[in-house]
Parts: sequence; structure tokens; C-alpha cells
Amino acid sequence: MQVKLRVRRFNPETDSESRIETYDVPADPMDRVLDLLHWVKWNVDGSLTFRRSCAHGICGSDAMLINGTNRLACKVLVREVGDQITVEPLRGLPVNKDLLVDMEPFFASYREVLPYLVNDDPAPDTERRQSQADRERFDDTTKCILCAACTTSCPVFWADDEYFGPAAIVNAHRFIFDSRDQGAAQRLTVLNDKEGVWRCRTTFNCTDACPRGIKVTQAIQEVKRALLFRKV
Amino acid sequence: MQRLGTLYRGREGMWTWVLHRVSGVAILFYLFAHVVDQALLNVSPEAYDRVIDTYRNPFVGLLEIGLAVVVIFHALNGLRIILFDFWSQGVARQRQMLWVQTVLFLVLAIPPVVAIGAHVVEEL
Ligand code: FES
Repeated sequence: MQVKLRVRRFNPETDSESRIETYDVPADPMDRVLDLLHWVKWNVDGSLTFRRSCAHGICGSDAMLINGTNRLACKVLVREVGDQITVEPLRGLPVNKDLLVDMEPFFASYREVLPYLVNDDPAPDTERRQSQADRERFDDTTKCILCAACTTSCPVFWADDEYFGPAAIVNAHRFIFDSRDQGAAQRLTVLNDKEGVWRCRTTFNCTDACPRGIKVTQAIQEVKRALLFRKV
Repeated sequence: MQRLGTLYRGREGMWTWVLHRVSGVAILFYLFAHVVDQALLNVSPEAYDRVIDTYRNPFVGLLEIGLAVVVIFHALNGLRIILFDFWSQGVARQRQMLWVQTVLFLVLAIPPVVAIGAHVVEEL
């Protein structure tokens, strides 16, 4: 089959505005959108710029706006989106070139929520043990691959780039509800900020966008409720 | 710079959020007008009567229908959003809650629409 692939391109050296380029790409229904981008890059225009690394949905490099929703190009099959495909860079982050966005603001928010184990007790000789139920409590949010699909699907984030965004909250959730961690109070203080969890308007775009199936809105609400009822 | 491209294809959650905002702004504008017409009572009862009389106009009647619909939507949707915070099952049940909301909306919105609509038709 032939796919009409429309790509929003932007070259900072020559363009003042982004433009749409259209390519006719031979494809198999089982090809991924990433394969189409490769085909263009390798056969038509080597300057087409995008990130990808693993090509198997685990590194989180190639989140982009595909036919109007945030998806990983390496996970979306042509047969799921049809023969008219529009690919655009993630929204709400500065575009460096073509589909390549500057992820720094995203990671800056991520770093602010202390996304690592905080525990001042002397390290035990073996593991820090926890029950299966305690492990289960935050299982969903351990799956995040930091692709930014959720954060850049959020209308609040498009309008207000100071908002921490769903991904940072998901990664805070991962440790706030971990029984081995002692930094919950610190993280909750960070997220109680006016650019924190209260910015969330429950549009559920993030939950729909997450390529790992994380219940993102649920996680955000759990953090809100931890603040509201002062218990973790 | 990057231009906003295609519309983001969000689902019910995003569109109810958009409607919530739009209806909120509409209600705010109504309140301005409402404060002004009520303030006319301080001017004189006659002035007030004259302005209120213009509200019999069928066009204003249509606006009234719009107002009823918008207020009912905004109120019910607001309750749903509040439940996300105060009911632990809220997020998990969001689809079902939206169904309940839609049914309640129809039940509550149809009577005023019919009643005001009848007035509008009378005045035509
Ligand atoms: S390339 Fe690694 S997630 Fe798609």
C-alpha cells in the first residue's frame, strides 16, 4: 500500500515558521510509523530529524503527535492509523528541528520531584524489604519511560509551561507511595505548589496518551488526595 | 516558531473540560448583565420595568434557554470534577459518571427548555 505521510518540518537555520511536507511512502499495514520516517530519511531527505533509539517502545525517545494524539512512532502500526498519516512534534516544548523537541524543561520538572529513593536510615546488609502489597501500591507508576507523551498532551501544560506536568507527578507518585522511602513530605510540598498537582483539570488526555498504559490521571488524583487528607 | 497544528484529538475528558471553561465564561458574562439590570432598581422602578420588558423579545428568550442549558451543564460537570477529588473511586468511574451526568442533564434541562420555549413561541 501507499501511505500519504505528512510531516511538520522546521529548520531553524532557514525557516521562520514550520511547514508541512508530504511524502508518498510504500508501506505494509504492519509497518510502524517509525518505519515510514526511516524510509523518508534514508531514501528521500537525510536531513529529516527525529529521535529514536530502541525502536521497541522502551527507551521513550520517539513520542510525537500522530494523527492528533501523542504516540510512540515505534509502537503505532500503519493499519491502526490508516493511509493518511500526519506527524508533528510534541506540543508545549520548544522545537529544535523537525520532530526533535527540547526535552530540558520536561526533565527540569522531573528532577524537582526528587525521583530517587530518599531514606536516611543506615543501609541494611541485604535489600530493603517490603511486602507484596506495599510493592503493589506504586506498581503502575514504575512503568514510566519518560517519553513526555502525557505531559505534552495536557492542555494545561500547553498554556503554562511552568506546570510540573503529569510525568513529573507520576514519578513523584512512584516514590511517595513506596514504603521504603522517607521523602514523601518533601515531594508533597513541592507538588502542593501553585504549579503543582492542583493545576490538573482531569482532562484524561495523559492517561489516553501513555504508551505504557499507566493510569496517569489516577496517580495525579492520588497525590492530590494525599495532600487533601494528609495521609499517604 | 512552531504554529499550533492539527487539533489535539482528546476524548470526553478534554471536551467536557473545554465546555466547562466556555460555559463558565458565558455564565460570567450573564452575571455582569444581570448585575446591571438588577441595579436599575436603584435608578427607578419604571426603568427596571422597561428593561425587563424588553426581555420578552424572542431573541432574549433564546438566550434564556441557552443560559439554563449552560448553567445546568456547568453545575453537573462541576460536581463530577469535585467527585474526582473527594471520592476515591471517582477517576476509575469517570466514564460511568459521565453517563449519569448526561442523563441528569437531559432530565434537568428539558423542562426549562420546553417552558421557556413555549413563552418564546407565544411572543412570536
Ligand atoms: S524508539 Fe525507543 S521508545 Fe520508540
